Parts: sequence; C-alpha cells; structure tokens
Amino acid sequence: MKAEGVNAFFGKTQALKGVSLDVPENQVVAVIGPSGCGKSTFLRCLNRMHEVAGGSRVGSILLDGENIDDIDPVNLRRRVGMVFQKPNPFPTMSVFDNVAAGLKLNGTRDRGKLAEVVERSLRQAALWDEVKDSLQKSGVSLSGGQQQRLCIARTLAVDPEVILMDEPASALDPISTAKIEELIFQLKSSYTVVIVTHNMQQAARVSDMTGFFYMGNLIEYDVTKKIFTAPSMKQTEDYVTGRFG
Amino acid sequence: MERHFQKELDGLKTSLIKMGSVVEESLSTAIQALFEQDEALAQKVIDSDERINSLEIEIDNGVIDILALKQPVASDLRLIIAVQKINNDLERIGDHAVNIAESALGLVRTPATEPMLELPSMADITKAMLRHALDSFILLDPQLARSVLERDDQIDKLNRAMTKQVIQLVQSDPRIIEGGLDLIRVSRNLERVADLATNIAEEVIFHTQAKVVKHHAEEKENTRKENS
Repeated sequence: MKAEGVNAFFGKTQALKGVSLDVPENQVVAVIGPSGCGKSTFLRCLNRMHEVAGGSRVGSILLDGENIDDIDPVNLRRRVGMVFQKPNPFPTMSVFDNVAAGLKLNGTRDRGKLAEVVERSLRQAALWDEVKDSLQKSGVSLSGGQQQRLCIARTLAVDPEVILMDEPASALDPISTAKIEELIFQLKSSYTVVIVTHNMQQAARVSDMTGFFYMGNLIEYDVTKKIFTAPSMKQTEDYVTGRFG
Repeated sequence: MERHFQKELDGLKTSLIKMGSVVEESLSTAIQALFEQDEALAQKVIDSDERINSLEIEIDNGVIDILALKQPVASDLRLIIAVQKINNDLERIGDHAVNIAESALGLVRTPATEPMLELPSMADITKAMLRHALDSFILLDPQLARSVLERDDQIDKLNRAMTKQVIQLVQSDPRIIEGGLDLIRVSRNLERVADLATNIAEEVIFHTQAKVVKHHAEEKENTRKENS
C-alpha cells in the first residue's frame, strides 16, 4: 500500500498532517507514537474505517496501485482486513461460524468448502489444534488470547491482502502476546501487516519497518533496526529511549 | 510454535562456535610454525587474521540486533552478553596467534635455542585451556569451565620461568638476544592466550550459573558471607 500526502480530520480537528509512506508487500510495518499522535487514525484510513467513525480524509491511499476511494468499501475491507484491540468474536456464533461468517456473507454455502476454509484459517492463526474438537462451542467461551486468534482467523478466511492490527495484544497476557507476535511473524510470508502498538518493544520484535508519529505528523519512517539503534531524528531518539511520551 | 527468536539465538551461538574453531586452528598453526620453523605456515596465520576480524564484526552486529530488537532477559540476556565478550576474547586470541607467527618468522631468521625451553609445555597447556573453554560453552558445562580457571596460575609460573631462563641464556651468549626476545614474546603471547581462555571460561560460568567469578569475586563474596 502507499499513502501520499494523507490529511485526516475529525470535524475541524486535524488528526493527520501530510503523511506519506510505503507499506512494502509481505512485510510488517509498525506504527508507534504517544497517545493521540494519529497512529490509529492512520490505520483506519487504510481501509476507510476512518469514515465510519465520522472522519474525513484528503490525500490518496493506493492498494496495489489502485486508489482505495475507487474500490467498493465492503470489498476494500475484505482485502484490507482489521483486527482490533479488544477481541470481538461474534457472541452468538460458534467458533466455526465466526470464521465462516465472512464467507457466508459473500455467498459461499457449500459446507465442504466452508469447512476447508475454516480449518485452513484456524491453522494459519495457530488455533486449529486448540479448537478442532470443539468447533461448535461458542466463540466467546475461548480465552482472551484464543479469541484474538479466532478474530485473526476470521480475517484470514476472506483471503485478504493486507491485515491491519490495532494494538492486537494490549489486552492479552504475556504468553498470549508472545503467541500473537510469533503468529505475525509467520503471517508475513503470505500477507502484508500494519500494526499499531503503544509497546515499542513489541514494534522492535515483530516489524520490518517502523513509523514514528507525533501530533499527526510522521516524524520518521525507516527500517526497524535503524529506528531502534540509530534513529535520524532527535524526537524519535527521545521517544524510543523513553525520554518523552 | 517454535520461537523465531530462538532460531536467532541459536544462529548467533553457531557463529561464535565457528569463530572459536577458526581461532583455535590459527593458534595451533602458529605454534606448529614456531616449532617446525615453517615460514609458509606462519604466513598463512598472518594472512587469515582478516577472516577472524570479519567474523568478529558479523557476530557483533548479531548481538546488537538481538539486544535492540528482542530485549532478551534472564538466561537469554546472559547468553548474549557472554557471546559478546567471548567474541572479543577470540578476536584477541587471533591477534596473539598472529604475534606468535611473526615471532616464528623472526626465529627462522635468527634462531635462539633448541629445544625452546618451557614453550612446548606452555603451548600444550594453553591449547588445552582454549579447547576446554570453548567446549564448556558448547556443552554448557560450568565444571569444565572451572577446570580452565585452575590452570591459569601454571601458565603464569611457566611464563616467569621462561623470562628468567632467557635472561640467563642471553647473559651467557649475547649474540642470541634477538632470538631470546622472540622467545619471550611467544611466552608472553601464550600467557595472554591463557588469560583470554580463562575469561571465556568465566563467561560460561556467568551464562550457565549466573555467577560472577572474575577477579576472585566469588571467593570474596564467600568470605564476606562467612564473616557476616
């Protein structure tokens, strides 16, 4: 994906100021910065969820060279899926139905096909072994970490190209967090991932590229190793070393 | 699900073991060149130092990557610190091997004495200390590491004895002073290699047991506890 001169607003309040960055294919891009810096707003711009929250945007965002404003929003959000901070499996549905929901909405009815995709998605989300004997159990009966992986499986089931993650592990315990991070590392072989995190150490562990935002501005965007060993901008240095934010 | 981080740690450890192997060979070849008065072997050691330096930089970069990006803690952190220090020690041993090779070239031109006084004993003990120090890292064996520490005093004594004997020889025949100086240099370099092998063993103990034994710290701590 490619963002060019993106400005985002909530009413008269400008949340993003002229943000331009490239999201390389099959890499993990981390977006870090202090609270209110615009990182979640930027993420939501990438699949036009920002508009759902009542925001507006100026500037272009491209997906495989195509302007996302020219893509049907529903189709865009299938191709650019999202995983949220708080796991949100559909509470009235089973594990199976949670993963199959997107497929069914898109018209898939064949039980065999649904079962095949559900298993593949749950395996990709590293959850299959834990739920294969209880696929009819309610999705909300799973632990927090399992619910989050279920949500990831649900996103994967509709075959996205990009996966957006908004602080996907902040509500989870350390072991579940480690599983999610290892999963992110595995997912990038097949998908492109953009992750917003307030945990700098997590950004360092999982990402290839890191963008540091501050007050709506993209201050620095570079290879993660450079950001965490020798950042170019003093503000970035101050932030990653804990001197502000 | 295997931790990706574990693969990186294992990769770094493998690189260090490889570096150890290259340095051991360099030291061994330098000593062989010295005793066999083989100029070609000595030159081979000098020429191969560049490879050791490159390996050191590669491992240093690996350590920085892991420290900056993976935030290791507990035994993983102790391993990374040990790798960093052992890496540095091995590069220094490589330099001492080069020094020995250069002295070997000097002795080919201006022979000193035959046999080489204490040098054969020192060489055997030093090579064994380095081998055991590296084995203790590979096997995570603190007992083997401690056995290396116990031999350092022996090398120090032999080094002092070498210096005395060379001085006596030069006093009786001043013409061999150049060769005598080369012998002292070799002795000094072997003594430094033994010190560095001891350092490696100390790092292994730190990594495996989280104990600091350098500078007799463990003994001082035990004494302090007994007196309190």
